[in-house]
Amino acid sequence: MIRDTGIGSKLWRTAVWAVVVVFVLNLLALIATVVIDSLSTRWLGTWLPAGFTAHWYADAWDEFGLTDVLVVTFQVVGAVVLISGALGVTAAYALARRDFPGKRAATLVFLLPLLVPPLTYGIPMATLLYRVGLGGSFAGVVLANLVPAVPFVVLVMIPFIEQIDPRVEAAARVFGASTWQLFIRVLLPLLLPGVLAALLLVLVRTVAMFELTFLTSGPTSQTLVVALYYAVFASGVRAGQEVDVMAVVYMVTTLVWLLLALRFVNPTQIVARAKTQGAH
Amino acid sequence: MTMTMASTRDAPPPRPAPSGEALRLAGLRRDFGGFQALKGLDLEIRPGEFVALLGPSGCGKTTALNCIAGLQPLSAGTISLGDRRIDELPPERRGFGMVFQSYALFPHMNARRNVGFGLAMQRVPRREAEKRIDEALALVRLSAQADKLPGQMSGGQQQRVAIARAIVIRPPVVLMDEPLSNLDAKLRLEMRAEIRRIHEAIGSTTIYVTHDQDEALSMADRIVVMRDGLIRQTGTPEELYERPAHADVAEFMGYRSKLAGRVVSASNGRASVEACGARLEVSVRAPVSPGDPVTLMVRPEDLVAGTSGVVATVRISEYRGRAFFGAAQAIDGTELFFRSDRPVSTGERVTLGARPDQILVFAGSGA
Amino acid sequence: MTAVPAGRPTAVPLRVRLAARGIDGTTMLVVPALLAIVALFVYPFVYGLVLSLQPKVGPFTASYRTFFSDPFLRETVWNTLVLAIPTTLLNILLAVPIAFRVRLMSNQRLLTTILVLPVTLGTVLVAQGLLTYLGPQGWFNRTLLALHVIGAPLKLTNNYWGVFASLVITGFPFTFLLTLSYVSGIDPALEHAAATLGAGAARRFGRIFLPLLVPGLAVTFCLSFVQAFAVFPSAVLLGAPAGSTHVISIAAYQAAFERYDASLGSAIAMVMGAVQLVVVLLALGARSLFYRGPVGGTKG
Repeated sequence: MIRDTGIGSKLWRTAVWAVVVVFVLNLLALIATVVIDSLSTRWLGTWLPAGFTAHWYADAWDEFGLTDVLVVTFQVVGAVVLISGALGVTAAYALARRDFPGKRAATLVFLLPLLVPPLTYGIPMATLLYRVGLGGSFAGVVLANLVPAVPFVVLVMIPFIEQIDPRVEAAARVFGASTWQLFIRVLLPLLLPGVLAALLLVLVRTVAMFELTFLTSGPTSQTLVVALYYAVFASGVRAGQEVDVMAVVYMVTTLVWLLLALRFVNPTQIVARAKTQGAH
Repeated sequence: MTMTMASTRDAPPPRPAPSGEALRLAGLRRDFGGFQALKGLDLEIRPGEFVALLGPSGCGKTTALNCIAGLQPLSAGTISLGDRRIDELPPERRGFGMVFQSYALFPHMNARRNVGFGLAMQRVPRREAEKRIDEALALVRLSAQADKLPGQMSGGQQQRVAIARAIVIRPPVVLMDEPLSNLDAKLRLEMRAEIRRIHEAIGSTTIYVTHDQDEALSMADRIVVMRDGLIRQTGTPEELYERPAHADVAEFMGYRSKLAGRVVSASNGRASVEACGARLEVSVRAPVSPGDPVTLMVRPEDLVAGTSGVVATVRISEYRGRAFFGAAQAIDGTELFFRSDRPVSTGERVTLGARPDQILVFAGSGA
Repeated sequence: MTAVPAGRPTAVPLRVRLAARGIDGTTMLVVPALLAIVALFVYPFVYGLVLSLQPKVGPFTASYRTFFSDPFLRETVWNTLVLAIPTTLLNILLAVPIAFRVRLMSNQRLLTTILVLPVTLGTVLVAQGLLTYLGPQGWFNRTLLALHVIGAPLKLTNNYWGVFASLVITGFPFTFLLTLSYVSGIDPALEHAAATLGAGAARRFGRIFLPLLVPGLAVTFCLSFVQAFAVFPSAVLLGAPAGSTHVISIAAYQAAFERYDASLGSAIAMVMGAVQLVVVLLALGARSLFYRGPVGGTKG
């Protein structure tokens, strides 16, 4: 790194860091606002609320039926993680290990759902799901969420599988392993860290997936984020603190998994598959 | 490849050194947190001299080069060119040419624009710049590749572009950071001669960093051996090869066998040393007295299987054309590397000896 | 190997011929996932396209005609562009200099983790937080008032600026992390080389980094823009969904699920996709004017 010592470059450096600090401060303040409000007795026209209480949590939990919502959320997420894991890992294995005609087209099919925003394809998809009678149902929500989840697993797993030397598998064959033994004794242990990381990322993304769930869910198949949207949408009806309680519950649910995921992956991977089109 | 196009086009005639100023490094220090990469480097480099900084990785040689170029700040010390202090100038105002280990060619510019970059920065008029680019490309024998992007060239060609780019600005000092380490062995040998030829042609002071002692020995006017952020020895290639000042420099220069011994008798530059259960005659430069612990070091080609010397059991023996080279173990476990003119086989007992003047003697035992 | 009599080629089994082209049991593993995506993504898209051409009444283009003739609907394209393009450009403009500083940091993990937060939490939560935070009694206005920057609270919610803020809060981290990966991909030795050749900081950026970065920035722009153009929950919750932030996704949603006109809803979704495609093609077209190749080491 070249260290410039001129005044101009010092000013520039300070300005750049100032922008970062302002951004992070605003972000943290925004999160703090939600948390503090959910715990406040009354907060109007002052820097801090008049007093603190936890009773909104009990109120909101009952009013919004959060137990049911959480159960539905984890059922949806669980189903999406398991199905996308099974479909995605096998497809990634084929794409990583074989070169076949049409491979580029297949890769493009997996890439598109990640590039097109959910709302763009969500509207025709939800229309179709309603036409075939799956709209508003649990199955419909899971199917909709598979669209971004499966390609995500595929694209995270391809580079991971590619870096496992195929000769390891060949060696296992030479030593007499059957296909099943090869899978259980050799492939599974090698793939496990990558699979875990990919599935945790899918989990976080599915908990936070608003658009597709919003378009396809009915009253009994809402996930937490959709319930939160409706609560904010109808915010005049209830005390603002109750909506913020729900926001905190949602935040905690997401962050627990996020922190867990961050033990295995680089934060950048949550946003983008690191350096897909970057160098090399 | 590039050698085939070393055509009839002649290199431009040798130019005198662009600046007759000496580069002085005084007390250079560089700390990274708690780690001292340079612990006080003093060196004066004469105008036009080709100096190699030689040492194992982590010895501080690349740090030293980066500090000279201004790419890393100094923690202490001064650098001056002639009577001007330059250590406080940013790299872009020092005007040195630098060749990087990874070449660092600008991937979006063709060879010609890469070479011309420094001239454009100096706002050299276009006509003159074109002429100088042509000269520089001719000097590195790349005139025919001028319009290629770096990605379309071989490693050797990229390295030539990097050299042309560094010298076209007529720098008072050219800095080279292991420029050959990414090339294959054959190309490396060709490029050694090539760099030396270019140095003769332009005559600018050159500092060349390498960890390869062959490279340093064959190219440099003077070699500076570094270790742990300090200079261990400075001298001409012959001096370093024949008379290393320390055991670690000797090891680096290919004195592979290392025997711990004790002086039995000493007189007139000769001494008798007992080591590995044998008595060896050695010549000594510094006075020693009986009873002193010493370390003896010998090159494999000088330690020959014969009739007198240390008795050892052969562990490895391989034929390397004309002679056999091998490793053997003395009674006390010391590992010895030797030469033999007759075939020896593993497990055989040999007696290994060397001429007194071929054995280096260092005071103290161990490293 | 062995000579085969002419006219009687040895029959190579189909299985072997397919395997030679890379198709065997392992290749077939791609089929289930591929079928799932075709059924759930490709087919609905085609279905939507067909549906958009089958309006309830009128000729096959009636849904598109409705969209483009009704100013309230037509203007959603403009409303959305006015939000998406400035926020995307602002995010890139902020991301590049910051990425250049962060690239030099040895421990980037804390910062990247903080920045991943808003992306992970999503737009709904950010919208709810901003409603209070940017509100007339929120900390943001109170701070500016206390610093005497403003005399009266700014109106920042239920209008354009609320949505703008939410697009910056959720869009900047995304843009930044992509930009950082491109910036880190450039070999630092290139900067060193430019410096030793006499280029100061500004010219190192203009002559070396920027040309190498433009292709990556074009991709970053496309991905960020496409996300911003599909803005939905924050435009409803934090903006003026019937006025200045009546964005195209709101129009599509209302047509399909509030007015139950599936044909019009699909038509608007297709228009949304088409606008995204046009902007992306423009950005990528501009990118093709620049060098595109490895920007790391130039080792042969």
